[in-house]
Amino acid sequence: MTKQHANWSPYDNNGGTCVAIAGSDYCVIAADTRMSTGYSILTRDYSKIHKLADKAVLSSSGFQADVKALQKVLTSRHLVYQHQHNKQMSCPAMAQLLSNTLYFKRFFPYYAFNVLGGLDENGKGCVFTYDAVGSYEKVGYSAQGSGSTLIMPFLDNQLKSPSPLLLPAQDAITPLSEPEAVDLVKTVFASATERDIYTGDKLEIMILKADGIKTEVMDLRKD
Amino acid sequence: IRAHIRPFKEKTKASKRKSFSVQTLLRNKDEEEAKMFRNQYDTDVTTWSPTGRLFQVEYAMEAVKQGSAAIGLRSRSHVVLASVNKAQSELSSHQWKIFKVDDHIGVAIAGLTADGRVLSRYMRSESINHSFTYESPLPVGRLVVRLADKAQVCTQRSWKRPYGVGLLVGGLDESGAHLYYNCPSGNYFEYQAFAIGSRSQAAKTYLERRFESFNESSREDLIKDAILAIRETLQGETLKSSLCTVSVLGVDEPFHFLDQESIQKVIDTFEKVPEEEEDGGEAEAEAAAAPAEQGGAGDQDVAPMEM
Repeated sequence: MTKQHANWSPYDNNGGTCVAIAGSDYCVIAADTRMSTGYSILTRDYSKIHKLADKAVLSSSGFQADVKALQKVLTSRHLVYQHQHNKQMSCPAMAQLLSNTLYFKRFFPYYAFNVLGGLDENGKGCVFTYDAVGSYEKVGYSAQGSGSTLIMPFLDNQLKSPSPLLLPAQDAITPLSEPEAVDLVKTVFASATERDIYTGDKLEIMILKADGIKTEVMDLRKD
Repeated sequence: IRAHIRPFKEKTKASKRKSFSVQTLLRNKDEEEAKMFRNQYDTDVTTWSPTGRLFQVEYAMEAVKQGSAAIGLRSRSHVVLASVNKAQSELSSHQWKIFKVDDHIGVAIAGLTADGRVLSRYMRSESINHSFTYESPLPVGRLVVRLADKAQVCTQRSWKRPYGVGLLVGGLDESGAHLYYNCPSGNYFEYQAFAIGSRSQAAKTYLERRFESFNESSREDLIKDAILAIRETLQGETLKSSLCTVSVLGVDEPFHFLDQESIQKVIDTFEKVPEEEEDGGEAEAEAAAAPAEQGGAGDQDVAPMEM
């Protein structure tokens, strides 16, 4: 007598890739704009990037319904924080909040693969990468989503993330300048689009600096 | 225990009523007696007085009158909330009386500021939950009804007490700018302009003279009128930007406080020409040697719980 299994799943994967790179005084967060289901495309123009605070931007791939719900919860919690503390949340604080929010649903997780990018209290770029249940780490760069397996090894090659075992302890921040980082992001997405069917259409790039946020859009292959 | 015997005395008198004219005579007497027995029906919020009043609720409204002044005005597109910054002593900071509820709603309070803080938190929570569920800003009119219902609950539970704070809720919705006043009684009213708290009558008089033009006022004129109304409540004390807090919200302008510089600039526009103002007391105020001390001494009539 084999166990009865559900004939439907509460989850779906809408595909897509998210990348973030931290610099000395900037942070680049990028994601493609294709939303898929199965082998079909739902839309070519869906933004996976969401500004949570002045200095914290979230980019998530996975099940977009869960991503939307997660974004709404974090936005509301941020409003409460602002009322209580009379200031915006810092990126490290938001990182912890995101982790707690994800773990809260440990036994029915948000199907969201998150990358949080922003500026820390000292104005330096920071990137936090997550799994679906809230395990997170501060890193110099990260990729999540359907194209992550194609992009991550290339970023490792280019950005030479220092091993935490090396002494003296080195910064996770990349030495790249902002235009170089943006160029790198465009390159990796162009490559990922070639081989990953779920990545393509358009690339949305958000550049976070102390004076504000700039957005750039670039076309990708639509096949 | 002996005190409970008295009401029965009243009732026996009432039972002696016969003709209508005799009734009227005796009813007046009852009211007089009710005034004497006011403190018999005022212990519980759930006890009616013989004349149909809930004294505890009325006492709560008195608490609002004890707080320092708060003023609200609105035009078609903007709402200005202003309050007087009274600190308990020179050593302490002043009590915050104006709170942001959301980008499109602000509230100014007078009375027990602790109660006001709690209600502001409630309003913020309601606003956030509404935005979360409906992805749109909570209309002010809905918020004030919920606030009023919350206040009403406290007038009908024996284990609660009414909130001792009056709230001037200013906000923007699809039909324009609105200003409401919420009482501890659970009533709420919409206003073009209103003032609450101690010495608010002076501000109300000023606003009554001008309110008909407020709907078409520009944002700057509205702010100026608010500060002038605040000046009325200060009654002779020199108006300084450190004495008042002013907040604005409007179409395309989320709720925010005006900084001291902006307030001082507005004050400077009318403080320099005292003879043009209707209130001739302005010149006398400027001549006053120590206005700050004057204000501090006059503050002893403000109830301690306001601070």
